[in-house]
Amino acid sequence: MTTVALKPATMAQALTRALRDAMAADPSVHVMGEDVGTLGGVFRVTDGLAKEFGEDRCTDTPLAEAGILGTAVGMAMYGLRPVVEMQFDAFAYPAFEQLISHVARMRNRTRGAMPLPLTIRVPYGGGIGGVEHHSDSSEAYYMATPGLHVVTPATVADAYGLLRASIASDDPVVFLEPKRLYWSKDSWNPDEPQSVEPIGRAVVRRPGRSATLITYGPSVPVCLEAAEAARAEGWDLEVVDLRSLVPFDDETVAASVRRTGRAVVVHESGGYGGPGGEIAARVSERCFHHLEAPVLRVAGFDIPYPPPMLERHHLPGVDRILDAVARLQWEAGN
Amino acid sequence: MTVMEQRGAYRPTPPPAWQPRTDPAPLLPDALPHRVLGTEAAAQVDPDLLRRLYTELVRGRRYNTQATALTKQGRLAVYPSSTGQEACEVAAALVLEERDWLFPSYRDTLAAVARGLDPVQALTLLRGDWHTGYDPREHRIAPLCTPLATQLPHAVGLAHAARLKGDDVVALALVGDGGTSEGDFHEALNFAAVWQAPVVFLVQNNGFAISVPLDKQTAAPSLAHKAVGYGMPGRLVDGNDAAAVHEVLSDAVRHARAGGGPTLVEAVTYRIEAHTNADDATRYRGDSEVETWRAHDPIVLLEQELTERGLLDEEGIQAAREAAETMAADLRARMNQDPVLDPMDLFAHVYAEPTPQLREQEAQLRAELAAEAEPDSAAGSESEGRGR
Ligand SMILES: Cc1ncc(C[n+]2csc(CCOP(=O)(O)OP(=O)(O)O)c2C)c(N)n1
Repeated sequence: MTTVALKPATMAQALTRALRDAMAADPSVHVMGEDVGTLGGVFRVTDGLAKEFGEDRCTDTPLAEAGILGTAVGMAMYGLRPVVEMQFDAFAYPAFEQLISHVARMRNRTRGAMPLPLTIRVPYGGGIGGVEHHSDSSEAYYMATPGLHVVTPATVADAYGLLRASIASDDPVVFLEPKRLYWSKDSWNPDEPQSVEPIGRAVVRRPGRSATLITYGPSVPVCLEAAEAARAEGWDLEVVDLRSLVPFDDETVAASVRRTGRAVVVHESGGYGGPGGEIAARVSERCFHHLEAPVLRVAGFDIPYPPPMLERHHLPGVDRILDAVARLQWEAGN
Repeated sequence: MTVMEQRGAYRPTPPPAWQPRTDPAPLLPDALPHRVLGTEAAAQVDPDLLRRLYTELVRGRRYNTQATALTKQGRLAVYPSSTGQEACEVAAALVLEERDWLFPSYRDTLAAVARGLDPVQALTLLRGDWHTGYDPREHRIAPLCTPLATQLPHAVGLAHAARLKGDDVVALALVGDGGTSEGDFHEALNFAAVWQAPVVFLVQNNGFAISVPLDKQTAAPSLAHKAVGYGMPGRLVDGNDAAAVHEVLSDAVRHARAGGGPTLVEAVTYRIEAHTNADDATRYRGDSEVETWRAHDPIVLLEQELTERGLLDEEGIQAAREAAETMAADLRARMNQDPVLDPMDLFAHVYAEPTPQLREQEAQLRAELAAEAEPDSAAGSESEGRGR
């Protein structure tokens, strides 16, 4: 095994690096969106790309999300690999018609003759004190649309690996970037960035025996923190980071729940009609005889995303997760 | 200092950095739709082109009536006829080079056929067999697009990509008058103009969006006027004058290919049939209006021009009709065969690699199909399953 020099890096830096490496490796990769050129994106994820690759490869588009995605469809039809940036989660909605009516089904309606290799980067989720329309978690909409892959990294290394995998994918990928993790640092080797496993594999972030926390994106660090805190209560929690919501890694999730017998799904988007309902149902269907308690959900409230001063009450935090874990002791004697 | 403290008369000045960018006049369309047939300009048009347009119009009309007849026989789920609009459909197909791309809307089956697509393949979507029915890359015809105006940004993106790659490819995108109210129409025009993309937009203004007339769709002086605000030329043309549509579109395609950027063309035409075979047009328009337009029929206009100038005789007319009948007979014969469908295709093209979830569903359908094929043994295994 080679030892590599690990340095602290941010998720945003890893994403920039992934874009740069993808553009350098393949001249058909084009980055486009609002303010992605000179400014480098409002989160600076596309920083330097226009300078290095020219404005034809990293393009400031007019301000129109349907137009951005719609023209990207045409570019992909001609053989390019567009990587589209939607500036914020709630500003991707004007592009939904293009996404759902065209991006997601072009392969299907052309019987495989015209796949669309398109990556749609969407900074999503709350916790950054953003004003209205800057904190939505829209993953359930994407998950409900056949033909799209939906992925979301929680670590610096995954941000790099998953973005490279998404750009390399011959199918459209909605790449959800947890914006409150943009500046989170962890150890990473920027000199030798590694690609990850193919899209669709979950990973056990922390092994444990008492119960499984099933989570993804911005809630992964929260769940890891909850798992640390739970040790004091005598609970040894396993944390599964899904990484990919579509396809869904039933195997890793079910194997974990069969080991632990208990599960809580944690995410910040609303619970009703949210991803947690689907995940809980899948777990129940596969692990019914192993379950010691119903699968619980800790989700955001079923409300429009709250104003910044109230968002801490909405976001699933350590205490709410621990409360749910406590409720998993369904029958006394645990 | 406030305004009140300023000495002298208040004289409004333009904002400091503001300059009008260009004189919009060259972008404005003519006041009246451009015409060629029946005018002196017609003499300049290549007689072979006129004859070719004529043959294609006659074939196109026959195609429309044949496809409509197929809906009555239950062979097509629906058919939005372009009868009356054939000049636009045919010209759109003929002005393009092989390397160019056509972006049709759901009404433009005929444009695809005139471009050379097999008539049966062109009807696959409407037959209910499979969505697109052909390989778009092979024919350089995008899938017939049902959500209105959403194909327009695709055309812009494709044309832009081609130019980035150094190919002198032009995209021609078709849209109806109703479609010009959609956001995608405006976004596409704006992108095209900003990027100077080699794309031509052809609006077939046939008077109605299902039942809604143009005056309830827009307050603009004409749809071609919409071009000016985006910074591209707008052209207005008689959509039933095949020579005029061909000329205006050829100019626009040439302009785009030479790097001049996009053009918006509005063709003024009329939908003679109802919106589709399922629509009742008598609810929103009177017979007399339809009759006025019948007198301005694209085939009649061209036939007059050609016969008056001695370019077409009874024999020529007969030959065009016979060619059209041959096409129709072949279409009928092939459409009367039941298509053979494989239900497993449902899962074949959702992703490059089916997700594990789709593999499970695929297995389920395969088992269901096996059970259907062998009812007895299937019943046995099912009860066995229940017994466990
Ligand atoms: C986005 C969208 N909204 C509504 C419809 C339903 N629809 C189908 S055709 C049509 C009218 C279109 O009129 P126009 O653009 O003038 O085209 P024409 O039918 O006259 O060719 C409508 C409303 C649709 N296909 N797409």
